[in-house]
Amino acid sequence: MMMKETMVRIKLTDFDSLPVGAGQAVTVNGENIVLFRIYNGEVKAVENRSPHRKGGTLADALVSGKFIYCPVYDLKISLEDGKVQAPDTGEVKTFKVEVIENEVYLQI
Amino acid sequence: MKKKLVMIGNGMAGVRTIEELLKLQPDGYEITIFGNEPHPNYNRIMLSTVLQGDKSIDDIIMNDWDWYKSNDIQLFAGEEVVEIDKEKKQVISEQGRKVDYDELIIATGSSSFILPVPGSDKKGVVGFRDIHDCEMMIKDSRKYKKAAVIGGGLLGLEAARGLLNLGMEVDIVHLMPHLMERQLDETASGMLKKELENQGMNFLLEKQTQEILGEERVTGLRFSDGTEIQADLVVMAVGIRPNVQLAKDSGIYVNRGIVVNDYMETDVPNIYAVGECAEHREIVYGLVAPLYEQGKVLAANLAGVSANPYEGTICGTQLKVSGCDLFSAGEIGDDEGTKSIKVHNEFDGIYKKVVIRDNRIAGIVLYGDTKDSNRLFRMLTKREDISGMTSVSILEASGCCGGGEAGDVAAMADDELVCGCNGVTKGTIVDAIRTNELTTVDEVGGCTNAGRSCGRCKSLISDILAYTLGDQYDTSAKKAGICGCTTLSKDEIVAEIRAKGLTNVREVMNVLGWSQEEGCSKCRPAINYYLGMVNFDGYKDERDSRLVNEKMHANIQKDGTYSVVPRMYGGVTTAADLKKIAEVAEKYDVPLVKLTGGQRIGLFGVNKEDLPAMWEDLGMPSGYAYGKTLRTVKTCVGEKFCRFGTQDSMGLGIELEKKFERLDTPHKVKMGVSACPRNCAESGIKDIGFVGVDGGWEIYIGGNGGTDLRAADLLETVKTKEEALEITGAYLQYYRETAAYLERTAPWLERMGLDHVKEVLADENMRKQLNERLDMTLERYKEPWQEAITDNGIKEKYYQVRKVTVE
Repeated sequence: MMMKETMVRIKLTDFDSLPVGAGQAVTVNGENIVLFRIYNGEVKAVENRSPHRKGGTLADALVSGKFIYCPVYDLKISLEDGKVQAPDTGEVKTFKVEVIENEVYLQI
Repeated sequence: MKKKLVMIGNGMAGVRTIEELLKLQPDGYEITIFGNEPHPNYNRIMLSTVLQGDKSIDDIIMNDWDWYKSNDIQLFAGEEVVEIDKEKKQVISEQGRKVDYDELIIATGSSSFILPVPGSDKKGVVGFRDIHDCEMMIKDSRKYKKAAVIGGGLLGLEAARGLLNLGMEVDIVHLMPHLMERQLDETASGMLKKELENQGMNFLLEKQTQEILGEERVTGLRFSDGTEIQADLVVMAVGIRPNVQLAKDSGIYVNRGIVVNDYMETDVPNIYAVGECAEHREIVYGLVAPLYEQGKVLAANLAGVSANPYEGTICGTQLKVSGCDLFSAGEIGDDEGTKSIKVHNEFDGIYKKVVIRDNRIAGIVLYGDTKDSNRLFRMLTKREDISGMTSVSILEASGCCGGGEAGDVAAMADDELVCGCNGVTKGTIVDAIRTNELTTVDEVGGCTNAGRSCGRCKSLISDILAYTLGDQYDTSAKKAGICGCTTLSKDEIVAEIRAKGLTNVREVMNVLGWSQEEGCSKCRPAINYYLGMVNFDGYKDERDSRLVNEKMHANIQKDGTYSVVPRMYGGVTTAADLKKIAEVAEKYDVPLVKLTGGQRIGLFGVNKEDLPAMWEDLGMPSGYAYGKTLRTVKTCVGEKFCRFGTQDSMGLGIELEKKFERLDTPHKVKMGVSACPRNCAESGIKDIGFVGVDGGWEIYIGGNGGTDLRAADLLETVKTKEEALEITGAYLQYYRETAAYLERTAPWLERMGLDHVKEVLADENMRKQLNERLDMTLERYKEPWQEAITDNGIKEKYYQVRKVTVE
């Protein structure tokens, strides 16, 4: 019988405690993730690592719509699919986030 | 099913072929690349800049790992192909990996030619061809002192310059009586030699190396005339040798290189060769422009698109050694069938020679002034008939209205090449600028690849931008630096803010029709600044629209850590403050404590979550080392201690810093105060600088010690400190009101004109009004770290890191 894939839901924080427009770094079991509560009210999560080949973090990125601008190298990154926008290239991992009754969960 | 394309070699020519192919036919092939080197594709031409210390290896990567991934290319880096099985259509690597192909490209490039003299296998003998060679030279330079470069050609001289930069003594050994004899005539070669000798190179001409001395490691060279020199490192730069062994072993026809026809086909069906390993019409090319042309033809061939055959290339060469501007192309010598036009100005070190055959330019040598190289090279490659032109108009660009480069660009046909390396024409660039609303040379490069190889055409691209965008380039693009979210220039935005009484960033973007609703990292900080400048008495700063350093009130480092730099007014501190800084550095385990260039102590490598607590422990004001604001006021000790100082430089410096600290300015502002014309505080390269003279201060403005060095201009001489402060206030406010965001005072002053700025600041009434607006602005600033320490909201939003553990 095929095992049904189980989905883990991890509670991260209260929605209210997430500031708008500034990344919040979270380590979940050692994995570095950054949460963004964007201006339209959604919460997005991506790995906290700049896709630039010199590295860096994304927590202090500038947030614009569903994009962030890497604070170190100014790459424009989509929070939807993690893709770096042209003319630059690269990608970061994205994570699914759910907000249920004021609580923010990460799905993995 | 997709056809299988395998490429042996992961260098510039090969990868460019793949790039071209992906453009023509994105899904045509399943692509596999084998590369000998453990790196992704990098720009080999720029290796000399790595050696010369201008760029890092990371900077010259052209296609990073992600590029291969996102284009679905299987890359085996660091894996050598050892066999091509033509029957089975399969390649086999040294690890035994077998990969089938339908089409096979050989792009194995070339290696340094190592002179077959005794001892050439000793340790310390390297070529200059790849990252490994480069790294080895850098490593050896730390241990050894004396280097010898064999070969006085382009590559050898670039290597020698790099070794000098690495602190080595360098002898250049050359077989011929002249340097770069294939590109330069005797005169130009002599001028080059003199310049390079001034830079510290030592030349041994007409010397033939007979033996490399030493036991295990090289210790010196012996020449055929019996003389010897010492050397701990020997760089061979005598030429390149196409890498053809694999092709030869596989039964592909090889002469000097792998012989190909005009479509880059070898004599074996479905096998092609491109780049430095290929021989086309008996020529093996070692420069990038022809290789890219070959790549284009091969890509079209593979994509089944009809294209013109490759018919060979005339190459232009330039030297990438600082201090030597040099360009050469075509025939450089004279014979009975040629005439030449020459200009030789020994005073300015300029030499120009244009060789003419049958009323057409056949060769060019330019030394010391290469600005005409694009134009002349174009005339050469187009075989333009010059019989109607005077010798002066051939050598100097002329046009109907003053001419120069802009007129030059207008006269260019759309199909003329701008970037020879990448085969990009003027038409392609103009199209890209128009369709994608490009405003910078880098953006043009991102879109078209133009300017991304040797970079020589960048000034021409900039001219094309100016020509295509017209006034836009000057006002909105080049100077205002406003982004792709709007077509408005800086002046238009500021005028709208004033006219419509706009008060916040979002409102500006909504009212003025921004294309990206929430703006981008270029416009948001700029709008925030303009709003604050216009609404000087009540603007509420928008922290989330600040550039990261200003948002965090600390400089971000590449690993995501930050720096802490307390204010040290005028560079003066106390024993108590020093102690406190030391204690904090110890308590927080700060990895680097360094005196900054602006006379303060910087604590580097601090975790973001430690920042508020460190500032609390320090109890000092922020030094704004991160800000577009007044950074530091550098001072000498002046009359209080120095036997020459005529004025109290520390006193004035401290007062200036206390008065103007925290002020938002379009870009960072630095000041210097020297107590006498010896100028120990380097006041002549500051945004504003003061030099004490008997009975007063000279005030200099618009200096810059950064990327573009600029000596400051004398504004005026004043008698008192009060006058100095008043002028400074008016100057800063006038700069704040008229400069574009991110425009420093040096380019601003050049744009406005010194006389104009002098006139404004000389007007007493104007000075008063400017100072009034400035003083009102200064009222709104608070010490940022005090705020962060006392406001939990700020602490949580910007400085906290949450940890969630799940069992």
